[in-house]
Amino acid sequence: MSKIVKIRVGTASCGIAANAGAVLEAFQNTVKDIPVEGTGCIGHCYAEPLVEVLTDDQGSIYYSHVKPADVENILALGETGRFVIPEGRRKLELVKVLALAGHVDPVSYEDYVANGGYKGLERALSMAPGDVVQEVLDSGLRGRGGGGFPTGRKWSFLAAKQAEEKIIICNADEGDPGAFMDRSLMESVPHQVLEGMLIAAAATGATRLFIYCRAEYPLAIKHLNIAIKQVYEQKRNVIRGRELEIVIKEGAGAFVCGEETALIASLEGRRGQPRFRPPFPTDSGWKKYPTMINNVETFGNVPLILRDGAAEYAKVGSEGSKGTKLFALAGDLKYPGLVEVPMGVTLAEIVFGIGGADPNEVKAVQTGGPSGGCIPVELFNTPVDYDSLRSLGAIMGSGGMIVIGKHRCMVETARYFLDFTHRESCGKCTFCRVGTTRMYETLCRITEGKGQESDLDLLEDLGKKVRAGSLCGLGQTAPNPVLATLRYFRNEYLEHVREHSCTALACPALVDVKIDLSKCIHCKLCVKTCPAEAIAGEDVLAVDNSKCVRCNSCIEVCPKKAISRVKRGE
Amino acid sequence: MENFGFLEKIDKDPGNLIKALQAVQGLYGFVSDDAVRAVSDYFQIPAAEVEGVLTFYAQFKRVKPGRFKIAVCDGTACHIKGAPQIRQWISAELGIGPGETDKDGLFSLEVVACLGCCSLAPVMSINGRVYGKLDRKGVSRILKEYAAK
Repeated sequence: MSKIVKIRVGTASCGIAANAGAVLEAFQNTVKDIPVEGTGCIGHCYAEPLVEVLTDDQGSIYYSHVKPADVENILALGETGRFVIPEGRRKLELVKVLALAGHVDPVSYEDYVANGGYKGLERALSMAPGDVVQEVLDSGLRGRGGGGFPTGRKWSFLAAKQAEEKIIICNADEGDPGAFMDRSLMESVPHQVLEGMLIAAAATGATRLFIYCRAEYPLAIKHLNIAIKQVYEQKRNVIRGRELEIVIKEGAGAFVCGEETALIASLEGRRGQPRFRPPFPTDSGWKKYPTMINNVETFGNVPLILRDGAAEYAKVGSEGSKGTKLFALAGDLKYPGLVEVPMGVTLAEIVFGIGGADPNEVKAVQTGGPSGGCIPVELFNTPVDYDSLRSLGAIMGSGGMIVIGKHRCMVETARYFLDFTHRESCGKCTFCRVGTTRMYETLCRITEGKGQESDLDLLEDLGKKVRAGSLCGLGQTAPNPVLATLRYFRNEYLEHVREHSCTALACPALVDVKIDLSKCIHCKLCVKTCPAEAIAGEDVLAVDNSKCVRCNSCIEVCPKKAISRVKRGE
Repeated sequence: MENFGFLEKIDKDPGNLIKALQAVQGLYGFVSDDAVRAVSDYFQIPAAEVEGVLTFYAQFKRVKPGRFKIAVCDGTACHIKGAPQIRQWISAELGIGPGETDKDGLFSLEVVACLGCCSLAPVMSINGRVYGKLDRKGVSRILKEYAAK
């Protein structure tokens, strides 16, 4: 029989949320002579908790949905509960940036080095700074935070500056609801992000490195802190004779701080409000020093470019977008998780091929979070790259991808995004501050069945003005979800304003809750659960819809599925 | 009585204002009026400016939270999978709305943008521990477990 060499339990945030902590403990309590370690994320979040068993002759065997009670079966290398990567995903995925995620101990410097870590930095240090910048330019790498600006060009701006201090900031303020690529990368392979930053320093002559990470990511911060300490111990932070400090600053929860100038204001301890550009941060940034900001995933790509060479890196991807991209897949699909694909694959390949979503059940996909747009299923043959997505009124964004099923309401989805952006608007620009609020109120009116057809024109008009009249990316993109849904799902808006009804049964004001008496068994669980005391009756139970708050409690607890939402008045 | 002597450990550079406020909140769970005055004195910044920074960022709390801090995720994935209902259920069981603490000081509730566990949607966290794939019964069970602690 095969011998077990090592056991790894996925203990990134998703794993922990699925109770991987107890699984890790169970292994540690049971096994004494085999190393058991927590590791990062391999991206198959739907299968958590995941356990990898390394054997001497069969390679790795994975187990999914592991519970503490499964330890014995796994130690005996049992057949049940084994995990195999779904075929669609195996064929389409190309793992480069995440190659080490989930396969090394995130906080082991030795593990990272043993797997080719810091080779890129070593090569960068053997080259002239200008050649390192050229290498990144040649690779065709573009900013992964959403904007898509060529990374090498940004680097060249900073490199050209003469100043007493030059600053590099890693933007880890992943504020898009629905995105978790950066979190996974920082939690799983923190050294890769640090190596990317140190290479950037070697190329540009930066003197100070910051990581601006959102405080909601405690595990990422913990792992980065450990990794930074190891970098100091190994003197990896000595770049061309100068010892660099790497400082983590915790963001305090403001979406707008993803914007460069707002992020700098926040780093300086002020309200995170953006300012007019120029001057661009590379001319005047943190404390007026030349400052360059790249996203976590961008830095995660850099070690690969320097290790393998720009030509090798640029073999992957499409004409204008090189390399691979990470996407956080979630929503109405079978296999949510973190995926890495070459630029230029189609939306259909990602959503159906990798995500396992049912083509008959999907209506749209939302890319780029609240700044992006909904792309309808008819356009799923679009290749995923910066320029194609922009032409559809959506954006690549940082990589959040939410699959929206046919049973969801697009008007309510648009309302949700505007609820987010109007609250997150920093208030500096009138069009963004007031315009997004008016758009939100209009959408609320429509979802409450009080909208008129003229409201649709109002939304389009306001949307264009907010886009044109805002200083930063937040305001410029905030109308996207509304304008895109108006363009592709106008019929749903018309239904809400003309017939005051919602086919998706999602808008609370437009639905009633009804009990199907032929299925009801009078168990009265619904009566007990209802927080509004809206269900009453002895033999014949009925919902008083004037009291009902549409919380779905009764629908969820009913053992016979006799309760459901229906169109109002039906 | 709150003591803000620990501020001395932080460099007096006003760039550390957010860091100082995070330290205060880390220790006391919220930022009291006294804390605002102490921080304002320490950095020699007007209290109004400290207040301005506090109210700008979602992380900072101006009222004392409960022993168990519930954060319901209303990120995109959670929203379409029913986060508003989760929030309603919790409010119905505990009698508190977002931003409030119950009268025993046991639970407080807030709605947050995204906890980054989208694939387990809908999720909530209690004192940082994340609970995923919530349904009506799960929410009740989890709240009962904490209430008994």
